Amino acid sequence: MSANGKLLDVQHVTVEFRIGGLLGGALLTAVNDVSFSLESNKPEIFTLAGESGSGKTTLSRLLLRDLDPTRGKVLFEGRDVSTVRKRSEFIEFMKQVQPVFQNPFETFSPLRRVDAYLFDTVKNFGMASNRRDAAKVVDNALRNVGLSLDEVRQRYPHELSGGQIQRVSVARALISEPKLILADEPVSMVDASLRMEIVNLFRKLRDERGVSVIYITHDLATAYYISDRIGIMLRGYIVESGPVEDVLERPAHPYTQLLKESVPEPAPLKRESWAKHIELGTTEIKEYGRIGCKFAGRCPKVMDICRKADPPDVQVGRQTVKCYLYSEQVEKTQARRHPDLGEVDDIQHE
Amino acid sequence: MTLLSVQNLRAYYQTEAYGISRIVRAVDGVSFDLFPNEIYGVAGESSCGKTTLIKVLSGNIKPPLKVFEGSVNYNFGEYTVDMLKISQDELRRKVRWKELSYIMQGSMSVLNPVRKVIKTFRDIVDTHEHIKDKNEFLEKTRTHINRLGLPTDVLDAYPHQLSGGMCQRVAIALATVFEPALIVADEPTTALDVVVQRGVLHMIKSIQAASKNTVLLVTHDMAVHANVADRVMIMYAGRIAEEAPTETIFNAPLHPYTQHLINSLPVIGEKSTKAGLRGSPPNLADPPSGCRFHPRCPYAMDECRTVTPELITVKERHRVACHLVKEGSL
Repeated sequence: MSANGKLLDVQHVTVEFRIGGLLGGALLTAVNDVSFSLESNKPEIFTLAGESGSGKTTLSRLLLRDLDPTRGKVLFEGRDVSTVRKRSEFIEFMKQVQPVFQNPFETFSPLRRVDAYLFDTVKNFGMASNRRDAAKVVDNALRNVGLSLDEVRQRYPHELSGGQIQRVSVARALISEPKLILADEPVSMVDASLRMEIVNLFRKLRDERGVSVIYITHDLATAYYISDRIGIMLRGYIVESGPVEDVLERPAHPYTQLLKESVPEPAPLKRESWAKHIELGTTEIKEYGRIGCKFAGRCPKVMDICRKADPPDVQVGRQTVKCYLYSEQVEKTQARRHPDLGEVDDIQHE
Repeated sequence: MTLLSVQNLRAYYQTEAYGISRIVRAVDGVSFDLFPNEIYGVAGESSCGKTTLIKVLSGNIKPPLKVFEGSVNYNFGEYTVDMLKISQDELRRKVRWKELSYIMQGSMSVLNPVRKVIKTFRDIVDTHEHIKDKNEFLEKTRTHINRLGLPTDVLDAYPHQLSGGMCQRVAIALATVFEPALIVADEPTTALDVVVQRGVLHMIKSIQAASKNTVLLVTHDMAVHANVADRVMIMYAGRIAEEAPTETIFNAPLHPYTQHLINSLPVIGEKSTKAGLRGSPPNLADPPSGCRFHPRCPYAMDECRTVTPELITVKERHRVACHLVKEGSL
């Protein structure tokens, strides 16, 4: 079924929204020419990281087929997902791709028992023919996340802790035995002491059940902890992608460097680099409409060319970087500005 | 000299409906001191009593919240204030905003969306200082904004024209107009991105360094405490688990809860497996007996289940509430 061995293949996807009034209005490009793919025989955790407004959630809606791309294609197991129209096909697609959302207390209705959702999912996907079999399927899914049906039966969401209920929400996603789980900020509403439990769960699913996970987050520390590959998003673009160790230990794009440096380290003795002064912009909206690199207004190494056209994707080591600093034609003329790869350069903002 | 002294504070939420009375012990026997010129961090999970503590400290005690025991005393140099006895009128005239101000979490909702930022400044300055002359007021606000390094044109903007980080910095500017002795910051950067968070925290730090006042920084993010706070208090289920200077909390924590909190933090550059804490946070309406951490503690002993551990001073400025520490076996 799967052509060219790819589970998910996102090809040059662009999503545009129209904002503003009836007559005027502007186009806002939320996702801009994004491409990445996941292999079907090698389960992995792929992280999409970025600040708010970088297009992470729009991209996840696209992958869940909640939204059609303006341009470009999303192929799941070789099939263009926008051609999935019939209800039966749609159910088949949803069986393979399941979401886990940010706030578990909003995912479940407070007036409904939690286990009802699990049984509904079994029914909707036809995973069991009678209630006794359904209970087995549900229990099995819950055991995968370290819970059991007896613990959850007849409970309302408020009777479970934040960590437990988020695990139930992962269990719900597992019922249809998906190949891909899309987790949109799954731990940002969960307390620190319970966070690692959820994060470890995704690792376990990858290793033991062969489920691929797209982990969407703004938290680089947990991203580093669980993922295999990472894509850093900025205003709709993936500006840098590659193996997580390379991208986060030796960031090449100036934006990734700034992002990494801004993550506070839980070590009081390493305060210095974080305490370096940075300048913040007054408004962020401007960056969407900028021609050329969206980071040009804040970039310490900005060149004239950055403000003229979109930077190309350049291969630097194992990373793909969308930046003129690494492109060859510029390298010759502006060799002096080429930063030494492997160290985080001083970031001084204009 | 202490700026604030809290002694054995017990503040509970008491609700009564259909003859059933229910008490939620949100702050249960908390004692600590704040000194001038320091940044004091309060850390803890959700529903551990952080916000209730702030409510009592800022004199915002309304039913169902009730103080059952303890004292909250401020010493502002020229005069002292007993927060539990002061009248609302006096609190508004003398203390709020002049000596004690408050930075809230979602500053987008603090600023009035249909009024320019300058009007909000005007409201605050008017209620507290009665400046009749419009130019004098503008002058005062401009110098303040400039001192904080914000562009003056934010004053003529509506809140929706500003980014989240800028709104938060305007809220901080509002809170510091009168150079208060104590600034309470409740999760000031939780809704912000890392780069913006860094800018906002830098601003709080530089204000503190310039005016030598005290900042009470409440956040659940330990990494923020590591970079900003001078001393940190760890709260668990309404009580203080541990309190120490930041370096000690991170490098030599004694309470098992603190140890777990520090060890489970993911760090870039380290991939070893980190464990989550088993069990779930306690219900404060029916807290566990003895040490409230015992159902989740890997070292729990019989004593922990029955006897409440006292907060003892192990070293100068380092206090811990744990039975293991008393015996010196940890």
